[in-house]
Amino acid sequence: MAEVTLVEAINRAMARAMAEDPNVLVLGEDVGRDGGVFRATDGLLARFGAERVLDTPLAEAMIAGVSIGMAAQGLRPVAEIQFMGFAYATIDQMLNHAARLRTRTRGRLTCPMVLRTPCGGGIHAPEHHSESGEACFTNIPGLRVVIPSSPQRGYGLLLAAIRDPDPVLFLEPTRLYRAFREPLEDDGAALPLDRCFVLREGADITLVGWGAIIQDMLAAAEALQVDGFTAEVIDVATLAPLDAETVLASVAKTGRCVICHEAPLTGGFGAEIAARLAGEGLFSLLAPVERVTGWDTVMPLPRLEAHYIPGKDRILAAARRALQHG
Amino acid sequence: MAPSQTAPFGIPCVQYLDVDGRPLGPLPDFASDPDALRALYRGMLRTRAFDAKAVTLQRTGRLGTFASSLGQEAVAVGAAAAMQPDDVLAPSFREQGAQLWRGVTPVELLLYWAGDERGSDFSGPREDFPICVPVASHAPHAAGVALALKLRREARAVLCVLGDGATSKGDFYEALNLAGVWRLPLVVLINNNQWAISVPRAAQSAAETLAQKAIAAGIRGEQVDGNDVIAVRECVAQALTRARAGKGPTLIEALTYRLGDHTTADDARRYRDDAEVSARWPAEPVVRMRAYLTARNLWSHADEEQALEVAAAEMDQAADVCLATPPQPLSSIFDYLFAALPAPLAAQRAAALAQEASDG
Repeated sequence: MAEVTLVEAINRAMARAMAEDPNVLVLGEDVGRDGGVFRATDGLLARFGAERVLDTPLAEAMIAGVSIGMAAQGLRPVAEIQFMGFAYATIDQMLNHAARLRTRTRGRLTCPMVLRTPCGGGIHAPEHHSESGEACFTNIPGLRVVIPSSPQRGYGLLLAAIRDPDPVLFLEPTRLYRAFREPLEDDGAALPLDRCFVLREGADITLVGWGAIIQDMLAAAEALQVDGFTAEVIDVATLAPLDAETVLASVAKTGRCVICHEAPLTGGFGAEIAARLAGEGLFSLLAPVERVTGWDTVMPLPRLEAHYIPGKDRILAAARRALQHG
Repeated sequence: MAPSQTAPFGIPCVQYLDVDGRPLGPLPDFASDPDALRALYRGMLRTRAFDAKAVTLQRTGRLGTFASSLGQEAVAVGAAAAMQPDDVLAPSFREQGAQLWRGVTPVELLLYWAGDERGSDFSGPREDFPICVPVASHAPHAAGVALALKLRREARAVLCVLGDGATSKGDFYEALNLAGVWRLPLVVLINNNQWAISVPRAAQSAAETLAQKAIAAGIRGEQVDGNDVIAVRECVAQALTRARAGKGPTLIEALTYRLGDHTTADDARRYRDDAEVSARWPAEPVVRMRAYLTARNLWSHADEEQALEVAAAEMDQAADVCLATPPQPLSSIFDYLFAALPAPLAAQRAAALAQEASDG
């Protein structure tokens, strides 16, 4: 079985989806001859041709809007936005149109599209290339927001997103693109789009997060094991709609929760999870809910980004605070 | 090397009837068919009757905010008449004349403005886009539909209609640019009624014409007298024919005038002189076409009486049906959100239905 990186897994998922469904096509800036700025679409032009891999003019809102038009015609566009900082231009299209076309036409027109964009910091990228803007999209009813944290989940979730009959924002943590490899069977098997992944079971504390920070959470869980605590690690890879049940069930067992994300604290999606715990899981809590997040500041340029992006040490410190209670 | 002009351009303007309905020259071929001409005229009367009914319903508290197309009927009707049934329309919110022509029912349009999503579940043109409220944001959708048609090698085209204000937006230009570079089967029709709510055309753009915005996208741009329904039909028909034949997109600026308020929530007297509106009334499209038909003995006073009666009766009946249609159950707001309700939303759906039941 091949060992692949996240970006290779994403490439294979697109190739697989294109091979199995002639309605699937890829579009975006530099996705064709160049194979995408991160090479996620590498080789697709050669294999599927210029009518299925479309190098577009440089206009992000247009890329999203044209995808909506194609999707309404029954095609399954997979659009790439080069960096999350440029994806904000698509919010009007995704919010006002993609996410509500089915609702507003009572199912007459639908929008089976995927908008892919890299996200997050940690690769010393230029300004506007390291954003974690998931919360700007999770408050959009009708839009699924998905973010994988490993090659296997990248493959299975992207296949599910492409096959899904509704619009999906698919976020790809750049820090993980080439961080590690996993064995991958290119068997076309998709993963569910409304279920959290329990990556590690534990009894003393629940660590909840998504994206690149999952690696730091797993490392923190290892360190806690040395202290004699077992941590349950939950990957909320499908942010919207949110599978709160899995998180609530875990915290009912552990009584402690650390929510981790790279995006800023205030109004971050972790706030939604904390609110759900407060509303539906309060009496199982033994300690205050901890949140380990980016600061409420502008994402700094690369020289300071390591101090912005929360890592294992901050997660561990928060977990140890929580473990002092109860 | 001496500087030189590398891209000369001009913007033609098409007009067949003068403001009094007299032909300025030979009419296009379709105009030799009296039935086709009468159909255009009836389409405009029907549109005006719909608008009148909708405004009355709104003024009596039975309809939400509504955007009348008074004075602009020729743009919508002429454009829709130029389309084939399997072309696709992407309208803004003032193209009811086009929608009615294409088989969207008056009941559906009234349901939409009354606040019922079923109004956009058209029984007629199933592929047409619903009314677009965020200005110009539907232009990329139209380009996307056109791209789908082109990729499938279908000899069909897309008509996107938007207003003069829309040409100030990026979506408009981004869609036009794409249509140009990919030669999409797209016609973008600017329904230039001279006012974007309170902002007049002169304050919207320094461009001498809005049609010339096509030049920067490398596509054909032209103006048409938007109060001359024959000209609108001919101009749009030729553009759609070129589009279906793979000869690329066209931008058409139809020059018309908004005789009414922006919507029923607007009071145009706050920013527009009555004298300006009065001066525009003589050029309105219905009277012009009637003058032409009457002069050619294609339309009589009795025809007029009967057509008005039929249109009014149709709209009265549509209003009755709309008002007698009960709202959808609240479950619909969940049931059309996704193809299948995601498990995490089941509890909210149940809570909403319980609330609905207790509200009675």
